[in-house]
Amino acid sequence: MTTSTATIENATGVRGSARRVIPGFGLTLGYTMVYLSLIVLIPLSATFIRSLELGGGHFWAVVTAPRVLASLKLSFGAALFAALINAVFGLIISWVLVRYSFPFKRLIDAMVDLPFALPTAVAGIALTALYAPNGWLGHLLQPLGIKVAFTPLGVVVALIFIGLPFVVRTLQPVLEDLDREVEQAAATLGASEWQTFSRVTLPALWPALLTGFALAFARGVGEYGSVVFIAGNMPMKSEIAPLLIITKLEQYDYAGATAIAVVMLMLSFGLMLGINALQNWALTRNSIR
Amino acid sequence: MSYNFQTSYSTASRKRPRRLYLGRIILIAVTLAFLAAFLLLPLLAVFTQALAKGVGAYLAAISDPLAWSAIKLTLWVAAIAVPLNLVFGVAAAWAIAKFDFRGKSTLITLIDLPFAVSPVIAGLIYILIFGAHGWFGPFLQAHDIRIVFAVPGIVLATIFVTFPFVARELIPVMQAQGKDDEETALSLGANGWQTFWRVTFPNIRWGLLYGVLLCNARAMGEFGAVSVVSGHIRGLTNTVPLHVEILYNEYNYTAAFAVASLLALLALLTLAGKSILEWREPELYHAARRQQAIQRTRRS
Repeated sequence: MTTSTATIENATGVRGSARRVIPGFGLTLGYTMVYLSLIVLIPLSATFIRSLELGGGHFWAVVTAPRVLASLKLSFGAALFAALINAVFGLIISWVLVRYSFPFKRLIDAMVDLPFALPTAVAGIALTALYAPNGWLGHLLQPLGIKVAFTPLGVVVALIFIGLPFVVRTLQPVLEDLDREVEQAAATLGASEWQTFSRVTLPALWPALLTGFALAFARGVGEYGSVVFIAGNMPMKSEIAPLLIITKLEQYDYAGATAIAVVMLMLSFGLMLGINALQNWALTRNSIR
Repeated sequence: MSYNFQTSYSTASRKRPRRLYLGRIILIAVTLAFLAAFLLLPLLAVFTQALAKGVGAYLAAISDPLAWSAIKLTLWVAAIAVPLNLVFGVAAAWAIAKFDFRGKSTLITLIDLPFAVSPVIAGLIYILIFGAHGWFGPFLQAHDIRIVFAVPGIVLATIFVTFPFVARELIPVMQAQGKDDEETALSLGANGWQTFWRVTFPNIRWGLLYGVLLCNARAMGEFGAVSVVSGHIRGLTNTVPLHVEILYNEYNYTAAFAVASLLALLALLTLAGKSILEWREPELYHAARRQQAIQRTRRS
């Protein structure tokens, strides 16, 4: 880290001359801006502009309909719950992967990326097969009275699968960089393991943990493919907001679909900004540069 | 490293090592159990279900003409979307890593934007623009051009969803590498293209490959966005993931999982490619990971 930061700082020092030495600034930045605008910015703003055509009253009526509210509550609630579980277990998993050595560790580490690589529809039908009442895990949970498939709990399970690598892959490099001597000093000074972890290690991990949580949460809110198969999709109970958008589209209710989409986008962006603010607060509080 | 950790503990206090060891076993057990339940079992389930009715049924499912037309369409879509996002990724990474300008962190945030947009909304925005009731709807209808519920819509939605992948991998790799090498080459008289191909490219090719692998995996596996714009016309606008869904909803589970196993194999190949990259270029890989994590955490 020190070398890379040094080069960056060095480069900022000679900013004026560097810009002239390396060619292609105008070309690459120009192309980036044009492509970004054409593919992402203009189409995305179209959604907002189209929702304005609805008019305030109609918009409000659509998004406060009980079925819409229930689906938004489920999408955001399940994503929040899954991200919390991922934060806890992601912390344990990245700790174990960085600090301990055990057989097949590299293989297990590589497997953490599976949710990034496995298509969501495949994950969806596989999780449904596992957690259905006659599935490998479903028939174990059935006697305990726990139903996963075709309930809101199924949504959470799918979102745990989708979000896990975001937490682990954000925490791992930070854990690798932590200065062990500080922990060892705490231990020599008589701190228990738990004290060392909660007072020394954890404060340094907070910003990364929050980032991983936020990424997993954001991904979970909009997730569709892995959820539709396992959720059961009952209106008011296990119907997620993205599915309701598709239902509205199939009924040619474009205005309704757009209104839900805009609410989802605004809630997601708002939450991301909030989490970013929280992160900056955590960063300055721990004074990690 | 872990050895050091333990010895320092045991010299600090003689009572602790056994408890530490127990804690360690519990944490490793929790990790393995969690990963087995959420990652390994779903993967195993795909292949067991696919082969549940024997190899014959498996081969029949994946050699079905409708499955083949879905595979062909998926390959076409990826063949268009991935190179476009690759060119964009290289351009964006060059601008961001080699130069300093105002609004750089905003630009990085905007590049990441498609990650924060639901795939369903990604499909919806193209219907709002090119659909029958969309901005260009009447124009397209008058000229008999189909974008939505046809292949162009599928390609556009896939480009949107996979937009950040190559850029996201390349930016930290290029930033970790700095620009000293390029400046040296240029001062020795190389021109811009020579510098890129002979100096920059050899340094970034593995990061580039990884970005392309991830981008390709997502392009071939995208479901939500493509589902909205495809119109589900069998043999024409069905990609492999959509074909899986149709088979599944028809209760043809064995065939659904057989076709799904092809996508699972693609995922395993992607992970293998990533592991080879880590093994070949461990230092570069870790520098880039670190840069990425720091950048994500620090961005405001």
